[in-house]
Amino acid sequence: MTTSTPLDQSLLYPSPLKEFWQAFAHNTGALGGLAFMILLVFCALFAPWVAPHDPSEQYRDFLLTPPVWLDGGQWQFLLGTDELGRDLLSRLIHGARLSLLIGLASVVLSLIPGILLGLVAGFFPRLLGPGIMRLMDIMLALPSLLLAVAIVAILGPGLINTIFAIAIVSLPSYVRLTRAAVMGELNRDYVTAAQLAGANLPRLMFVTVLPNCMAPLIVQATLSFSSAILDAAALGFLGLGVQPPTPEWGTMLASARDYIERAWWVVSLPGLAILLSVLAINLMGDGLRDALDPKLKNAQ
Amino acid sequence: MLSFIARRLGLLIPTFFGVTLLTFALIRLIPGDPVEVMMGERRVDPEMHAQAMERLGLNKPLYQQYFDYIGQLASGNLGESLRSRESVWNEFLTLFPATVELALAALLFAGTLGLIAGVVAALKRGTPLDHGVMSIALTGYSMPIFWWGLLLIMFFSVGLGWTPVSGRIDLLYDIPPVTGFMLIDTLLSDEPGAFVDALRHLILPAIVLGTIPLAVIARMTRSAMLEVLREDYIRTARAKGLSPTRVVFVHGLRNALIPVLTVFGLQVGTLLAGAVLTETIFSWPGIGKWLIEAIGARDYPVVQNGILLIACLVILVNFTVDILYGLANPRIRHQK
Amino acid sequence: MSLLNIRNLSVRFGPAMPVVDGLDLSVEQGEVLAIVGESGSGKSVTMMALMGLIDAPGIVQADCLQFDGTDMLRLKGRQRRHIVGKDLAMVFQDPMTALNPSYTVGFQIEEVLQQHLGLKGKAARARALELLERVEIPGAASRLDAYPHQLSGGMSQRVAIAMAIAAEPKLLIADEPTTALDVTIQAQIMELLLDLQRDQGMALVLITHDLAVVAETAQRVCVMYAGQAVELGHVPALFDAPSHPYTEALLKAIPEHSAGASRLATLPGIVPGRYDRPLGCLLSPRCPYVQERCHQQRPALEPHDRGAARCFFPLEVA
Repeated sequence: MTTSTPLDQSLLYPSPLKEFWQAFAHNTGALGGLAFMILLVFCALFAPWVAPHDPSEQYRDFLLTPPVWLDGGQWQFLLGTDELGRDLLSRLIHGARLSLLIGLASVVLSLIPGILLGLVAGFFPRLLGPGIMRLMDIMLALPSLLLAVAIVAILGPGLINTIFAIAIVSLPSYVRLTRAAVMGELNRDYVTAAQLAGANLPRLMFVTVLPNCMAPLIVQATLSFSSAILDAAALGFLGLGVQPPTPEWGTMLASARDYIERAWWVVSLPGLAILLSVLAINLMGDGLRDALDPKLKNAQ
Repeated sequence: MLSFIARRLGLLIPTFFGVTLLTFALIRLIPGDPVEVMMGERRVDPEMHAQAMERLGLNKPLYQQYFDYIGQLASGNLGESLRSRESVWNEFLTLFPATVELALAALLFAGTLGLIAGVVAALKRGTPLDHGVMSIALTGYSMPIFWWGLLLIMFFSVGLGWTPVSGRIDLLYDIPPVTGFMLIDTLLSDEPGAFVDALRHLILPAIVLGTIPLAVIARMTRSAMLEVLREDYIRTARAKGLSPTRVVFVHGLRNALIPVLTVFGLQVGTLLAGAVLTETIFSWPGIGKWLIEAIGARDYPVVQNGILLIACLVILVNFTVDILYGLANPRIRHQK
Repeated sequence: MSLLNIRNLSVRFGPAMPVVDGLDLSVEQGEVLAIVGESGSGKSVTMMALMGLIDAPGIVQADCLQFDGTDMLRLKGRQRRHIVGKDLAMVFQDPMTALNPSYTVGFQIEEVLQQHLGLKGKAARARALELLERVEIPGAASRLDAYPHQLSGGMSQRVAIAMAIAAEPKLLIADEPTTALDVTIQAQIMELLLDLQRDQGMALVLITHDLAVVAETAQRVCVMYAGQAVELGHVPALFDAPSHPYTEALLKAIPEHSAGASRLATLPGIVPGRYDRPLGCLLSPRCPYVQERCHQQRPALEPHDRGAARCFFPLEVA
């Protein structure tokens, strides 16, 4: 058996990754979202080099300079300056850092305990399941932003507390999703087969069942990433999030409110940055959902 | 139907106690000394400190404190605001109608427009119209509404001068609060033009607050409609020779409404959260603004029981939605 | 003149081969015609096209699609809806999904009465009750306010039939009306349909793949294969002497017809899909009598003394 026949490439099954990419790339909106996200991540990673100015440097001679395409615009301040003469573009670029950091950290901080609790609730439906689910129901009884507001009211405002508040708020959806997926998978024959083969509980949980529950979790992670950015900005806007002079988008909007009649750019641009980032992530989320799990297509 | 309601009511009780546990814990988790935090000063006189601990019941064992708290709630005592010395319940009652009025207006806006957009998108599936409507919906869904509010104020109030910037009614009018709903109260009063003025105050906040629910409802209606339109009974209805309008609205929408109604109910939570932001932007004197101001002023009784009241509200609304869901769907109603 | 006259009907979805291809069919007043064929042979699609239930991207074309003197293809929406549901009615395969779950049985019947006969209120309700009694639903009065999920499959099908005959149609199409039902119920429903047909003098088109039912009920049969009519004939002549190899194969596959044989006869292979049609006769890959010419050319539907067959070498027609 030494002669090897050349394999017909068309008969090979595409790798899951390739298959996923084909489905994802089919969706123009999702691709656009991905492109914007890549730009955003680039800006965030290399903010000190990308940004033309220091975000907290105050140019006292250039208070509320309009963007460059308007009368009185300056080439050195492409998007204009704020009420303290700080370069808006630089602040927005540094703000991307914060928003992505908050989003990423809160997703990680809620995803991991969420999956663990969901697995436990799913594997012990009589013992621990009801208790955990009741607790999650209670957390869901409060609208997420209000719960975050309440948590920050206790812990006090600030970056770390914002992350914690948002992580706690998005915990219930992960627990519920994981539990539902686990309960569905546990009835399948392959789980019984693994049990008969002598797999122990951790192996059953993490190696046998969990990988089959990942599709909805990945989609949920994207969606909660975008709502984390929104909630963080909302907390910042209410004065309960990241505190000035840190260039957080929501915080920037809060201080821009007073200039609504004079300088539209200080009001419009930070919000536009939030909208575009959230929209990009949601577009990606829609694309991921359609590509990963066609069954979820019509789910909300 | 009665047993259906009773079962749902039974589920409410543990949730309610869970929420009281949460608000109870809230005030005890404040880092540092609660008395110092509440009084807003460091190094309180030891005697006053002891008195305050006594008055707040903070010197008793925790479980005792919780039972006391529940006992107070049961007797209808929600404490009083540290700022105004007014009872929390009374303050809530005075401000609540403003939030309800705003939320209802927002829901009306979101519901009507969302249903229409969703149905149109579903019927014109795959056309540029569908893509356009759905792109707008996704944008609305991604909208930071506090910024959206500022943009609308900038455009309509500052730029065009069409709508007022803030509040519920112009200070020129003196409207006696009868129902608490400004639209109704202005109609009851003799002030000419007051109703129109109240309406002009309401429009922008309602649009802002309704934007995310509108997007969610439009998306949900579209997908529910698409699913329903594929059903066999739609084919039957068409085979009966019914007009397309009747097929879509009587046979299609009625069934698509069931999932949409659930989403509608879930939006009430979002709506209350959105009210916090919207009321802050438009200086709308409702419970959202009240809560945020209380947090800023460290008015803990208001924060604690304000959150409790809002949570109860959400629970009750979800319960009502559950019941309505049963009414709309005969299959659920007849379940044992 | 025939009640229904179809000439050269084709229905296609997309660029592939049509699902129904050059079909000719006629139905006389008060006649029972059976359309027989495997799943996917285009039986249902033909009747859906007649009812105007084929949506874009499906395309319906015909030289003539004439019902009761009017060409259905030329009709605009409103005019078509005066006929569909009134003179031309249809009963579908799965009664459990064919009724709207949100409305009572009474509402769904009264809807037809109001649309086509202008009956409202008490008059409509009284007529709906009569109809439920006519389709032999026990306790008809109490069923008017029942929801579909409270009914069994057989009961739901009776309701669907009541809805279809509400405006006394001239032609009733029953699309596999018993397939989704329990075996014990099937005979009852068939009996009801035939009873109504005789009673009201309406024509009945029965779409089925159950040849035993056809033998007992129909006067004429149209056998369809891969979107084409391959044989037309009268009952019982067609059963005694089928002229198309496919019909013969179908008959041999009925257990009663092959009594004594050790194994049930089967036709090897599967119906060609929309993308893999043979060049010649559509049956050529499966036909036991296949000859060279069958692989090269497609036969037309040729009339003979007992009917018509789409075959170059029809059986027992000499």
